[in-house]
Amino acid sequence: MNRASALHRIFPIALVASVALAPTSEAADRLSLKSVSVDLPLGDRMFPDGPGSAAANNHCLACHSVGMVLNQPALPRAEWLAVVEKMRTAYKAPIDPKVVNGIVDYLVTIKGTR
Amino acid sequence: MQQVFTPRLISSRRQFLGKAGVATLALTSAPALAETMVKLPLAGGPDERAITTAFPQKGALILQRTRPPLLETPFEVFDQSVFTPNDLFYVRWHWAGIPNEINVDSFRLTVRGQVDRTLSLSLGEILALPQAELVAINQCSGNSRGYFDPRVPGGQWSHGAMGNARWTGVRLRDVLDRAGVKAGAAQVRFSGLDEAILPEAPKFMKSLAIDHARDGEVMIAYAMNGEQFSLVNGFPLRLIVPGWYSTYWVKMLNDVEVLDQPDTNYWTKTAYTIPDTPHASMRPGQTGVTFVPINRMVPRSFITNIKPGDTLRAGAPAVARGIAFGGDSGVSRVDFSSDGGKNWQQAQLGTDQGKYSFRQWEMSFTPSDRGNKVLIVRCTSGSGETQPDTPNWNPSGFMRNVIEQTAVLVT
Repeated sequence: MNRASALHRIFPIALVASVALAPTSEAADRLSLKSVSVDLPLGDRMFPDGPGSAAANNHCLACHSVGMVLNQPALPRAEWLAVVEKMRTAYKAPIDPKVVNGIVDYLVTIKGTR
Repeated sequence: MQQVFTPRLISSRRQFLGKAGVATLALTSAPALAETMVKLPLAGGPDERAITTAFPQKGALILQRTRPPLLETPFEVFDQSVFTPNDLFYVRWHWAGIPNEINVDSFRLTVRGQVDRTLSLSLGEILALPQAELVAINQCSGNSRGYFDPRVPGGQWSHGAMGNARWTGVRLRDVLDRAGVKAGAAQVRFSGLDEAILPEAPKFMKSLAIDHARDGEVMIAYAMNGEQFSLVNGFPLRLIVPGWYSTYWVKMLNDVEVLDQPDTNYWTKTAYTIPDTPHASMRPGQTGVTFVPINRMVPRSFITNIKPGDTLRAGAPAVARGIAFGGDSGVSRVDFSSDGGKNWQQAQLGTDQGKYSFRQWEMSFTPSDRGNKVLIVRCTSGSGETQPDTPNWNPSGFMRNVIEQTAVLVT
């Protein structure tokens, strides 16, 4: 299928549509919604091995996949500390304050500014 | 102005469109076996992302994060139409507890709080209400965050965390009127079926002022470009807040609560706030800045048919085209410069789909001097607001709308 045919799927809809916000009374225009059941990818990669990677795997990946971290730019240590503290306090990640520094050290190793 | 690029696919266009086509036909989820990569020119990197076809009901999108999904629309899509195809529309979730099954018979939308009657509406009852429709852009607050300088943490989007669609549904005002809003209502709070993995974490909720909620334009949509929503774009119902950033467009909407005082929940009061300054801009480390909830969008414009690094021929007629939007007041004009901003010409505008929509623009020009040149496009909104020529900065990477540049070589 090429892009042109995909657009043809879209444009007939524009013709059916009335002026913005004007109510339409044509019941035939109405959709009948169909139930949906799908599977979402989990993203089960782990952090790259290194000192602190186990703590990062244990404390970060319950809520989000590792790509979120690996796609981040290099950031100063203070910025990584702020991120981990935000995860702990605002988003309630169960991170013992005693392990925060180890996780931050690991993040600085893989994503710190030199 | 800083150098900004549109994304380039590393693989060939033919290969890309081929994969997109396959993904469109295959509605079931199948993990992508071979990874196609895209390069987003984010200063300092990392700049490579996988193109994924692994998400149900979706085509080939840039994978920013698998769980919860952050999927970006490849920029080439914006050259095809002012309407972004549903299967290529970007995706952004906060929490990973996303139901993967929605039964249309048992789904209910609750309307409660400061109302005369609590409602529990089936989809059939919602579909039977007077229908409303409009075209509007849905743009992430952090669209283009990857271009912030200095860089900031968050989803490292290029320019593809946006899309434009025709939304069909019912006016929120009509639904609220059925429940009967009590005197003293201050805000309306919206939440969906998504849940945080950790029970103590703040549920994702957003609120609008009661007058905004009842303005007759805010909608509860059940269709996007004439089709039911994909699950990851918010099936079965999504709040539509025309002209405002996408954080307010709550997906899988199932709860509407009328509040008698301003909402203090984390996602409305603390997250998604911007400096209360021109262009929401501040200096890194600046103190004493007042932050307010992000709100209406601001004008932007892009060249979609010429990529950074492209070669143009001196003396040969060329056409530049792209998209522009005014934020919440439409596009009054688009100006184009082929010489880095020394001379400007007013571009021709395409069909007006309403003040909340992308608008196509086009400009014929003939490059004369050889050498490195910068193509620039600039939008002025219906309310007279023009894109700034210096980039904004704030710690969350919100509301970028600087005039973008495309560097080309004229030979």
